[in-house]
Amino acid sequence: MQQFLSFVRKEFYHILRDRRTLFILFGMPIAQIMLFGFALTNEVKNSKIAILDPSRDVLSMRITDRLEASRYFDLATAPRTMQEVDAAFKKGQIRMAVVFPQRFHQQVVHGNSATIQLIADASDPNTATTLVNYANAIIQDEQKALNGLQKVPYRIEPQMRMLYNPQLKGAYNFVPGVMAMILLLVCTMMTSIAIVKEKETGTMEILLASPLRPILVIVAKAVPYLAVSAVNVASILLLSVFVLDLPIQGSLALLVGESLLFTITSLTLGLLISSVTNSQQVAMLISLMGMFLPTLMFSGFMFPIENMPLPMQIISNIVPAKWFFYIVKAVMIKGLGLHAIWKETLILAGMTTFLLLVSIRKYKIRLA
Amino acid sequence: MEHKYTITADQLTKQFGDFIAVDHISFAVQQGEIFGFLGANGAGKTTAMRMLCGLSLPSSGKATVAGYDVFTQTEQIKQSIGYMSQKFSLYEDLTVTENMRFYGGIYGMRIAAIKDRAKEILAQLHLQGEKDTLVKSLPLGWKQKLAFSVAMFHRPGIVFLDEPTGGVDPITRREFWEMIYAAAAAGTTIFVTTHYMDEAEYCNRVSIMVDGQIAAMDTPAGLKKQFATDSMETVFLQLARKAVRTE
Repeated sequence: MQQFLSFVRKEFYHILRDRRTLFILFGMPIAQIMLFGFALTNEVKNSKIAILDPSRDVLSMRITDRLEASRYFDLATAPRTMQEVDAAFKKGQIRMAVVFPQRFHQQVVHGNSATIQLIADASDPNTATTLVNYANAIIQDEQKALNGLQKVPYRIEPQMRMLYNPQLKGAYNFVPGVMAMILLLVCTMMTSIAIVKEKETGTMEILLASPLRPILVIVAKAVPYLAVSAVNVASILLLSVFVLDLPIQGSLALLVGESLLFTITSLTLGLLISSVTNSQQVAMLISLMGMFLPTLMFSGFMFPIENMPLPMQIISNIVPAKWFFYIVKAVMIKGLGLHAIWKETLILAGMTTFLLLVSIRKYKIRLA
Repeated sequence: MEHKYTITADQLTKQFGDFIAVDHISFAVQQGEIFGFLGANGAGKTTAMRMLCGLSLPSSGKATVAGYDVFTQTEQIKQSIGYMSQKFSLYEDLTVTENMRFYGGIYGMRIAAIKDRAKEILAQLHLQGEKDTLVKSLPLGWKQKLAFSVAMFHRPGIVFLDEPTGGVDPITRREFWEMIYAAAAAGTTIFVTTHYMDEAEYCNRVSIMVDGQIAAMDTPAGLKKQFATDSMETVFLQLARKAVRTE
């Protein structure tokens, strides 16, 4: 036991001495939550728009008022010509322009139809789509009101309601995603690097020549990262509850337990990587390419799995983060209990056991 | 008085596929002896040493270290030997004291014993003023001497040194060898591989490996006589030129 404790202490020294890495380890989850929470949000709020309204009649003014009143849009400029609209786009002053035709109201009333041009800056296609959809909804609302008076059978389904969650809260998706990513990054990458580093510097030979049991080397390497991960899970959850107003609906104990399980999964992955490589660079590359990218793509965090072609959907099943992501969403956001996620938990636990067995078999007790 | 052998090897062999890295070597090292293990790169020195340290399982033959069998009793062997590898073997981001405490700890020494031993070593190396210095900021010569002391930290009966003086200046090498002499005089068996022929002269006995076999083994004086020359360099070159394989 004393052997083990001396080893764990040494590992903590390694981590604590390396200030830069330490800063990244603890700063990364905070930075990511903040980034996703505030900067990289796909919520459309106070987007700058321009309205070009040459008719200035009852109907166009009413639509303008509605657009202005909505919290999605902010009227930035009121250009008078298309050239001015163009210029505003080029300068990046506006994300979308609403262009009314001449004699708008008259066209609607007498001709039964009129067009409004919605021009969006599609360099950011997602935002552009969202903006256009919202503007469209507002205009159709107005149109409906108008149709109601005229008793013309005219109904338009506001489809965007089904595409986005009602509050447009991105946090529902990214908090579980960030958790999966951070745990994987810290545990898999850092553990594999820490073990491979001993090989690279030659100290692994000394350790193997010592009476220390090899399994203790591995466990002692993993303990500090388990601690780092616990801190990270705590900081992510605290931020999401107190800064992003995303309450934990389900049981906190269950959530922590599942996170622990996934942490162990990631640690064993790191162990497996370290036993097949001999250099820190390779370990890092494998962790990033082999673990991080699939997690990003196949966990359902960035891209919905249901929309993927069938082979991809099948592949996604072997990505441990997919199951963890599902579990966290279920517990944290839907407030479900173990009864709803026992299958996923079992899959994750099975993967962990399998990986652990493989990596212990792979771990070389002797050098050759 | 009968000689007490602490390391014995009998037809010890290591084979990697078709390649025979160590080819039926036999020798015996006495307690307190400084045994030099020479050979060109790729001659099989390191592989032989790793087998004796329990880092590598021999393919065939017999060997004992400190009376323990290298096939079955590696745990006991590891407890009774010290090992210093070619690569620098201390943790650069730990202080001098922390390194010593760590190695003492993994050898299962008690905290009080670790403290006493650390004090002793700091005094020996005149490093008292540097005990809280990170190892990476020490000069290479000091690091190397400290690495040797750390290998000797748990007072092993046998210490294996794998090219311990690579890249060290002549003065430090001299000092390093003085430490080795002191340890041997205190009864520790020293098994050392080296490239430097002047170091070979310091050994009590020398074996020269060529292509995985022991081509010659005697005292430095005996070898020089055998090859009718006055320098170990010539002895070594005569033998090493016969080598077929290169690294």
